[in-house]
Amino acid sequence: MNTRQLAKIAKRIGFWALIVLIMVYAVFPFYYAVVTSLKPSSDLFRVELWPSNWNFDNYISIFSQTSFLRAIFNSIVVAFSVVFIALLLGITASYALGRVRFRGRSTVLLVILGVSMFPQVAVLSGLFEVIRALNLYNNPAGLILSYTIFTLPFTVWVLTTFMKQLPMELEEAAIMDGATPWITITKVFLPLMWPAMATTGLLAFIAAWNEFLFALTFTLTDAQRTVPVAIALLSGGSAYELPWGPIMAASVVVTVPLVVLVIIFQRRIVSGLTAGAVKG
Amino acid sequence: MASVTLSKINKVFGSDHIINDVDLHIGDGEFVVFVGPSGCGKSTLLRLIAGLESISDGDLSMDDTVVNDLPPRERGVGMVFQSYALYPHMTVYDNMAFGLKLAKTAKETVHERVMSTAKILQLEELLHRKPKALSGGQRQRVAMGRAMAREPRILLFDEPLSNLDASLRVQMRNEIARLHNRLGSTMIYVTHDQVEAMTLADKIVVLNGGHVEQVGSPHELYQRPATKFVAGFIGSPTMNFMPAELLAGDANGCRVRAVGVGELALPQNAQQRQSGEALTLGIRPEHLCLAAPTDNNCFDIVNVEYLGNEVYVYLEPKQGDTLLIHRSEAPSQWQEGQQVSLAADWEKVHLFDESGAALMLSTQQAAA
Repeated sequence: MNTRQLAKIAKRIGFWALIVLIMVYAVFPFYYAVVTSLKPSSDLFRVELWPSNWNFDNYISIFSQTSFLRAIFNSIVVAFSVVFIALLLGITASYALGRVRFRGRSTVLLVILGVSMFPQVAVLSGLFEVIRALNLYNNPAGLILSYTIFTLPFTVWVLTTFMKQLPMELEEAAIMDGATPWITITKVFLPLMWPAMATTGLLAFIAAWNEFLFALTFTLTDAQRTVPVAIALLSGGSAYELPWGPIMAASVVVTVPLVVLVIIFQRRIVSGLTAGAVKG
Repeated sequence: MASVTLSKINKVFGSDHIINDVDLHIGDGEFVVFVGPSGCGKSTLLRLIAGLESISDGDLSMDDTVVNDLPPRERGVGMVFQSYALYPHMTVYDNMAFGLKLAKTAKETVHERVMSTAKILQLEELLHRKPKALSGGQRQRVAMGRAMAREPRILLFDEPLSNLDASLRVQMRNEIARLHNRLGSTMIYVTHDQVEAMTLADKIVVLNGGHVEQVGSPHELYQRPATKFVAGFIGSPTMNFMPAELLAGDANGCRVRAVGVGELALPQNAQQRQSGEALTLGIRPEHLCLAAPTDNNCFDIVNVEYLGNEVYVYLEPKQGDTLLIHRSEAPSQWQEGQQVSLAADWEKVHLFDESGAALMLSTQQAAA
C-alpha cells in the first residue's frame, strides 16, 4: 500500500467523520427528545442514549387530554388555511407582479420584501389592535390572518420569480386560444408551477405550524390554542414540576407530520428552490 | 378565410416609434410574408394583427370590419409561435383541443376537428404524447395544428422555422407551402430569412425601420427592387453596389460614369435629374461578367469560393475597399491574384439615387 492510497483512505475517513459530526449536531436534540418522551418521569434525569425500557405513558397522557387534541385540530385548521390563502393570493399576485407591466411594479415587490424583514415582535402590538378591531381575538381566524401576513411576502417572491421564468409565448398562446387571465393561470400556469407551490406551501405550513408568539398573544382559552402554545402551557403534577416527559412526547407528535411532509415533497422542494437559480 | 386591410397603422412603445404609417392589403387566401432585418418591426406588425399588441393609431380591418378593439379570439386568427409554446403538461390532443374547449364547442365537434387537423398534419400517431416526447419537426406540426384546429380565418406564423436545423427547415417549408395550397386560407408569415420569403410567398412585404419598403411578388422584388435597401436585402449573395455619377439623361435613358468601370449607357429614366448627381449602381452577382483587364479599369481577384455547382469570385477595386462578388457556374476559369475588368449585362443593372430610391426604367424599356 503506497502513500497515495493511504491518503485516499484517510480523506474518505475524514469525510465520513465530518458527516457523522454534522448528523449528530443536527439530529441529536431531536433524538434526545424522542428518547426522553419514552421514559417514565422517575427515570427522566438518568442520562442514557437508548431507553432501557420503553414506556408510552407520556403519549397516553397527552392524548387523553382533550385540550391537546383540540390544539392539534386548531393547528391543522390554521396551518392548512394559511397555506391555502397564501398560495391563492401568491399565485394571483405573482401573475400580476411577474406578467402584467405596470408602473411601480418593482417598488411593490420591494415593499413586499421589506414587510417580511420586520421582526414579529415589532408588529405585535399593532397587529393586536387590528385583531381586536376585527373582533378576531381568541379566534383561530385571527391567527390565520396574522400568519398569512408573514408568509405572503415569501410566497409572492418565490412564485413571482418562478412565474417570470415561464415563457411569455406560453401565455400568448393561451390568449390566442381565447383564454382569460384566470383560465391561463389555472389551466396553463398552475400545472407548471407545482414545484414552486409545493416549496412555498410547505414552508408556509411549517411557519404556521410552529409559530408561537402570535399564537400565545392572540388566544386566551384552551379551546382556541394551537399546538406550540399548548405544549408550552402543559402543566405537571405540581407548580414546581415541569412535565418534561409529556412535553417531549407532544413535541415528537407534532414534528412527525412535518418530517413526513418534507420527505414526501423533498424532490419538489429542491427543484422549486433551485428553479430560480439555474433554469434558463 | 378573410382579407386583411391595414391603413395608416402605427405602434408606439414609450418614445419608440416601432411601426410607422403602414398601409397594406392582404387578399383572401393570399400567402403574405413579412421580411426584414431584426428590429424592423415585422414581428410587432404580426402581433398587432393577432391582437397581442394594441394599435396606437390607424385601422385594422378584416373583411371590411374594423377589429382594432377585438381580443384575439374574436378576430378569428390562429398563431404559430417561434418557440412553438406548446402546453408542456398537455398531450398533443389536448394542446389542439384547448382552444376549442374554451370556445365551448360540443364534445363531438372538438373530437372531429382535432382528428381531421391531426390527419392533415400526420399527427394521428402522436396524439397521446406530451410535447417533450416529440422531435422539433413534430412540435412544429403540433403548433400548427393547435393554430388550425379552431379553423381560424387567418393563420399567422412568427418565424416558425428558425428553431429547426437546416434540412428540417427545408422540409417544413415545403410542408407549409403544400398546406397553404390545400387549405387555401389567408396566411401571414414573418421571417428574417429571404429564402423562406422568396419560396413561400405570393406577396412579400419588405419592412425596414418600421415602414414598408416595398410590396410585391418575389419576382418583382428581385427584378425591380424599388429601393436600394430591398435590392440589398433580397438575393444571395447580395447585390454589388458601386458609386456612380450621372453625366446626362432624359426619359429614354441615361449616361453614367462609375468608378472602375467607365462610362455606361443605361436604360433608366433620368428625366428631372441633375447631371453630376451622385448615384449608386447596383449589379447582381450573376449579372456581373469578367473580362481581360484594360489599362484604366482593373480589379484584383482576392478570393475564389468554390461551392460545387457555382463559384463566387471576390473582386477588390483599385480605389475603394468594397469587395464585389461575381457568381458563375462551376468550373471557373478565374483564379486568385488575376486582374480583370468588369463587363456586365448593362440592361439588367439597377440605379439608385442618394435617398435610396430606384430610378425607373425608361418608358420604352418598360414596355419592352
